[in-house]
Formats: sequence, C-alpha cells, structure tokens
Amino acid sequence: MSLHYSITPTLQYSIVLGVMKPYAIDIKNVSFSYEGADVLTDVNLSLEQGEFLGIIGPNGGGKTTLLKLMLGLLKPDKGEILILGEPPHDARHRVGYVPQDVDFGRDFPISVMDVALMGRLSKSRIGKRYTQEDREKVKEALNKVGMGDLSNRLISTLSGGQRQRVFIARALATDPEILFLDEPTASVDTEFQSDLYDFLKELNKDATIVVITHDIGVVSSYMKSLACVNKHFIFHEGGQITKEMLDMAYQCPVDLIAHGLPHRVLPTHEEK
Amino acid sequence: MLDALQFEFMRNALLAGLLVSIICGILGTLVVVNRIVFISGGIAHAAYGGIGLAFYLRLPPAVGAALFAFVVSMIMGLASMKSKHRADTIIGVMWALGMALGIILIELTPGYNVDLMSYLFGSILSVPQMDLWYMLSLDIVVLLLVLFFYKEFIAMSYDEEFSFVVGIPVRTLYFILLAMISLSVIMIIRVVGLILVIALLTIPPYISEKYTTSLGKMMALSSLLGILFTMTGLWFSYKYNLTSGATIIIVAGIAFFISLGIDVLSSRFRTLSEG
Repeated sequence: MSLHYSITPTLQYSIVLGVMKPYAIDIKNVSFSYEGADVLTDVNLSLEQGEFLGIIGPNGGGKTTLLKLMLGLLKPDKGEILILGEPPHDARHRVGYVPQDVDFGRDFPISVMDVALMGRLSKSRIGKRYTQEDREKVKEALNKVGMGDLSNRLISTLSGGQRQRVFIARALATDPEILFLDEPTASVDTEFQSDLYDFLKELNKDATIVVITHDIGVVSSYMKSLACVNKHFIFHEGGQITKEMLDMAYQCPVDLIAHGLPHRVLPTHEEK
Repeated sequence: MLDALQFEFMRNALLAGLLVSIICGILGTLVVVNRIVFISGGIAHAAYGGIGLAFYLRLPPAVGAALFAFVVSMIMGLASMKSKHRADTIIGVMWALGMALGIILIELTPGYNVDLMSYLFGSILSVPQMDLWYMLSLDIVVLLLVLFFYKEFIAMSYDEEFSFVVGIPVRTLYFILLAMISLSVIMIIRVVGLILVIALLTIPPYISEKYTTSLGKMMALSSLLGILFTMTGLWFSYKYNLTSGATIIIVAGIAFFISLGIDVLSSRFRTLSEG
C-alpha cells in the first residue's frame, strides 16, 4: 500500500511514495445544462490514479454527460475539470474511450482490424502510415477480447456484443492512462461480462478505470469506489454494496453515502 | 460515339466527365458516410449566388462562384457546429438566399443574359479548356489531401467522438472537407447542373457502399461508377439529342434502382434457401 493521504485541496495533488502525482480526475463545482435544463449540478470529484470507479444512476441522470465532460467532448457551463492535471482537451491522447454500442456506422465499409487500429491514431501521427508495431499491438488487443480470429471480418457482419469487444480492443490499443467505458456490457453475453471485468481488474494495475454500468453485481466485486449520478453527484469510496446502494442504482437518493473513510480525499457532500 | 470524338467539344465533355467523376467518387463517399448530404446540397445551390456575383462584377464565373461557395460552406459549417438543432434551418435559408441572390444579380448585370438553364442542368458540351485545367488541379489537390488525412478521415467518419478523444482535430478536418466540397461544386455544376449535383455526389457511393470493404475501395468504385454513368449518359444525350446533365442522372438513377433490386432479390433468395 502506498503512502497515501490528502493535502490541502488547493494544491490538488496527492503524494504517492514521495512523487507528486496529479489526480486522475479532478472535478470542481461543475455544472452543465442542455437547452436550459440542468443535467448536472455542482459536481465534485477527486479521483486518485489507480482507482477503479463505477458510476451508476438512472437513465437520463447525466452519467454519459459526465463522461463526455471528462473526455472534453462537452464543456462545462461552470466549474473546472482536470484530467491527469491537464484540461481534458490537452489530456485527450492519454485516455481511452469505449462508447456505448449505438447505431452509428452499421453499413460503414470497414474491417475489424481497421476499426481497432483507430486506437493508434493521434495528432502527432497525422499523415503517417500505421507501423508494424501498431498492427501487432492492435492484434494483441483483439486477441485479449477474443476477436483475434475475426480481424479481417467486416464490422457490419458482427453482432452487437462482438462490436463492443472491438471497441474495447480499440480503446486498449491507445495505451490509456485512464480508461473510460460507457456501459461496456450492455450488449455482450454474460460469459464475456465476467471475462471483461477480470480483464479490467488486471488492467487496473497500470491504469485508472472509470465504468458506467447498470450491473450492480459487478460493482460489488470489482470496483474500488462508486459514484452515483442523478443530476447531483455522489461519490462513495470503498465500493462495498449495501441495500441502499441497490436503491441508488434506480433512484439515487442523495442521502445514502458512506462517510468518514480513512483516506477520504473528498469533502463530505452536503445536499440541500 | 467514335465519330463524335472528332469534335473538340465532345472530347472536352468526356474529359470533364472523367475528371468530375473522380472528384465525386472521393468526396461523395465522404459526404455519404459523414451524412452531410444536406449541407452539400446547400453549398451547391447557394453557389449560384456566387455565379451571379461573378457576372455582376465581371469576374470569371468559376473563380467567383468557387470563392463564394467557399465562404458559404464555412458559415454553414460553423452553424452546424454551434447549434446542431437550428443548423438545417440555417442551411435551408442560405440555400434559398444564395439562389435568389444569383438570379437578381444576373438580372441586374447589364447587357448580358446568362442562360439559367445551363447552370440548373449543366453544360458539359460547352466546357472550356480553362475549366478542364481547373478540374485537373482540383482532382490532384483533393486526392492528395484525402491521401494525407486518409486514416483520420476514416476515423472521423466512423466515430467522431472517439477520434476527438485520441486527439484528431476533427473540426479542422470537417472544415477541410467542406472546403473541398465547395471548391468542387462549381465543376460538378458544369457537368450536371446545380440541381443534380447531389445525385452525382451521392448515387455512386450509395451503390458502392454495399460492395466494398474499405473507404478507399468505396471511393475507387464510386469514381468508376461515376465515369460509367457520365459516359453512358453522354452517349445517350448525343444519340437522342437530350439534355446531357439530366440524361447522366437518369442513367445513375436507373443503376441505383437496379442495384436496389439485386439486393432485394438476393436477400429474398437467401431467406428462401435458408428456410
């Protein structure tokens, strides 16, 4: 266990083994509204590197919005977000992202390999070709998610679950310091679900992981900390599941949070 | 057809058809997979304002219209980015406004009566040498840009959000794409007219998408189909004395429905043989 304590909040750093390490995610008083309706109000979160955070909450509660704010895809109306000590826009190449399996590009003519190779793109490599190393890395990532044999298949011929695995491989190929996943198990089979979380647990040794999920069972056994989003944001360090937390997944009442954990780095939240 | 080749205008027409089909194959593929058909139509029609302005100011119409279309495309691009929900309205208004401006300006131009029909339906049989050079340089520029940003265009077209997250400047690429479309539109208008620009830009990629396995192949097949359509259309229009632009699009349209028919039949056949 690393020497791990919080210092003055203004400094925004925790000290791990004497090395100054910025928070993986540092969100301060962030609010976001969409077409006049508040989606998120006054969100605060400081997440250490190496954490495994699960985000739960009802549909339409703002989970995906919060994720997009952290990725820099959306800009907060108020407040500040730092990812690995940088504004999200500057930290872009340091994070990986697995989007929800949505309807985009169903007929797009592209192979599994070419989708996964997108994980190797970055601003500094524009105009250059993929290298042999890129291909090997991507092949390895595809093997990890069990899609190695299908790398030449067209993406349009895959099932939803298979496509999701490809998106996970693509995110892994970015070598992320933080990996964000938006309901990664929504359309995959149950067998792959536990495989995926075992795999994420392994990956968590090197990277911070943030997962939006509906799956409470998974929350209890894999995640180190838990947050609930329903317009407001509740952070729960520890990740153990309680009866109240089951309610939280659906209703997310604001008064169900554990407090006073030994190495808490967040102020206790007070709701009006 | 061969005897027609002795005429310079016919040779120019064939060359114009070839060069424009290549641009349409490349850009049309990006237009279709990025779902920016509407904004492309807006640019094409608003470009008529540029044609009017060029005549009024006595500038070469191709240059005037290209610059005007470029400015319009940038404004439309900004609008579609800033307010996603109002974007189609703004584009629609600029679409109509551009055309109206063009008509009024041409009316106001003294002593010069431009044939509106030749811009509405194209005038591939009267393409001057100068325009062929413009088309050729445009082909080269478009080809080089798309080759240079090939990986990034694929990523942006497939998954814009992921592309943003890995650090690709998706906005810049989007504007580069719009700029290429705006500069090409005038040349496509030469061949099929502004009403039919969208058809030549979208029909070949729609057909190709089903038979190809990568964006590059889709671009190549679209270009080949475009060449096939323009050549066949030109031949029909020469033989039966029909408006060339409209004939080209009829050929493309028929091919589109044939490919649709083949799809329906083959899926019917598949279900039959499975059941």
